[in-house]
Amino acid sequence: MISRADVEHAARLARLGLTDDEIDRMQGQLRRILEAIGQLQAVDTSSVGPTAQVIALENVMRPDEARPGLTREAALANVPLREGDHVRVPVVLEEGR
Amino acid sequence: MNELPLADRTLSEVGELLRRREVSSRDLVEACLVRIRRDGERLNTFLALGEDRALAAADDADRALAAGDGDGRPLLGIPYVLKDVFVTRGLDDAGLPDGGLPSTAGSRILEGYLSPYASDAEARLTAAGAVLLGKTNCDEFAMGSSNENSAYGPVRNPWDETMVPGGSSGGSAAAVAGGQAFFGTGTDTGGSIRQPASLSGIVGMKPTYGRISRYGMIAFASSLDQCGPLGRSVRDVALVLRALAGHDPRDSTSVDEPVPDYAAALSGEVRGMRLGVPREYFVAGMEPGVETAVRAAIGILEGLGAEIVEVSLPSTDAGLATYYIIAPAEASANLARYDGVKYGYSAGEDDLLENYLRTRGAGFGPEVKRRIMLGTYALSAGYYDAYYVKAQQVRTLIKAEFDRVLADVDALLAPTSPSVAFKIGAKTEDPMLMYLNDACTLPVNIAGLPGISVPCGLSEGLPVGLQVIGRAFDEATILRVADAYERVAGLSDLRPPTAHD
Repeated sequence: MISRADVEHAARLARLGLTDDEIDRMQGQLRRILEAIGQLQAVDTSSVGPTAQVIALENVMRPDEARPGLTREAALANVPLREGDHVRVPVVLEEGR
Repeated sequence: MNELPLADRTLSEVGELLRRREVSSRDLVEACLVRIRRDGERLNTFLALGEDRALAAADDADRALAAGDGDGRPLLGIPYVLKDVFVTRGLDDAGLPDGGLPSTAGSRILEGYLSPYASDAEARLTAAGAVLLGKTNCDEFAMGSSNENSAYGPVRNPWDETMVPGGSSGGSAAAVAGGQAFFGTGTDTGGSIRQPASLSGIVGMKPTYGRISRYGMIAFASSLDQCGPLGRSVRDVALVLRALAGHDPRDSTSVDEPVPDYAAALSGEVRGMRLGVPREYFVAGMEPGVETAVRAAIGILEGLGAEIVEVSLPSTDAGLATYYIIAPAEASANLARYDGVKYGYSAGEDDLLENYLRTRGAGFGPEVKRRIMLGTYALSAGYYDAYYVKAQQVRTLIKAEFDRVLADVDALLAPTSPSVAFKIGAKTEDPMLMYLNDACTLPVNIAGLPGISVPCGLSEGLPVGLQVIGRAFDEATILRVADAYERVAGLSDLRPPTAHD
């Protein structure tokens, strides 16, 4: 049974800012969904491995060669906060934090 | 024989008219624009419309047609729409808007986003000479079965404007059904092409996982997502599939398999084919009118000489739960990229964590938040084995059952959706009720197989879809079955009430 604390914990992990109302609603909805999903526990999977994807391809490589890409201006055009040719990010490490 | 207005005819038919120079590409664009101006806003089909560019592209196509370049290019001059999950280039090399359309995925978090590059789907269709009209409305990040999860409002079904068109490719489905475009692209993660095609009375196909490049297709659940066409006939869909399919080194999941001439596979012949009917797909809760229409369609194929055999896919019931672990888990990882730092909406907070929380809290809608939460929970410490690993194991079972059954039959016949279109608002309060819409389509994504929905009649005045499911990379067979049915079903002129000038 998913608790309010579980919901708050998952929201923190997902970096989702939820209002109190949203957390209440989410708890009820997730509880119902998880109950329905819980039926999977009844399926016998003791003799099968997991399938992550269904095609035979794995580790597709290409030669490590330089090739044309986006221009700097095109790559930076959507950045919300820019400083010169850099993406500006709020301070992560601060004295005393 | 053809009484239908130009805008409501099939791509194949208007393509013939184009090559015979009886109509121009500009005529076709204008016929679509008349419909878009009349119905587009009310049905809410478009998120971005590129009229001037479309007319210019149509004039280019007309010049190519006049020069005799139309042979072997069935899409040359044909107006179409892209689901707004495909990015279209909107910036030049100097990083300035170049007049291209924005790409939003139906989300506030990408409102006004201009991509610096074009999706492979757009690039291939442009190379084929098709004319892009605009970008269509969809459920936010393709998460939904009714198009009610778009941040830009629901799409209305041209058959009945109080009804949903299905989702998540609801805008493309409604545009194609309503004569606003001759074909469209969609994305299908659990049914998002086939289910809206079914509810809107058109043809929609999800090809095999890996058949079409996903480069520039905004990601939802990477082990399930696939691009595919929506059109007004099986032949139309076959022509568009051929243009979209093929290997792309920019998508590591795209498979280097030869692309056959799908339209050439449409022989109209199913005699001697073995077609399986999985009994688990006729589920409790299916509308009787849907079952009647689908069973009648199966009877027609039998009458054409196909051998119909009942088969069993016992793990079908577990499909929904498997899907609603795998898809949200992958979505929670994919959508981590919307962080308010690199592009898209940013709350502008000085503190990084606070900026993440507020950007994502304000930028995502309720269904996207629900799936991110569900996925994050299923992947979190202590639950990972019970949910995620378990779902991946059940996936092995579901795939093995399909492989076993499809070793014995050429294709499977099933309903596409357990219901016809439903009222806007009817299922929005109950996520589980909404999720059940995809019970018949999502197992096909879990197994990575191709599936197509073709109209098979009306129930309560609304379209029903027959689903044909095939072996991996054998799109040709399911197209052939669907086309053979379509030829004799007498539904080719089935159009919604919007089909008049």
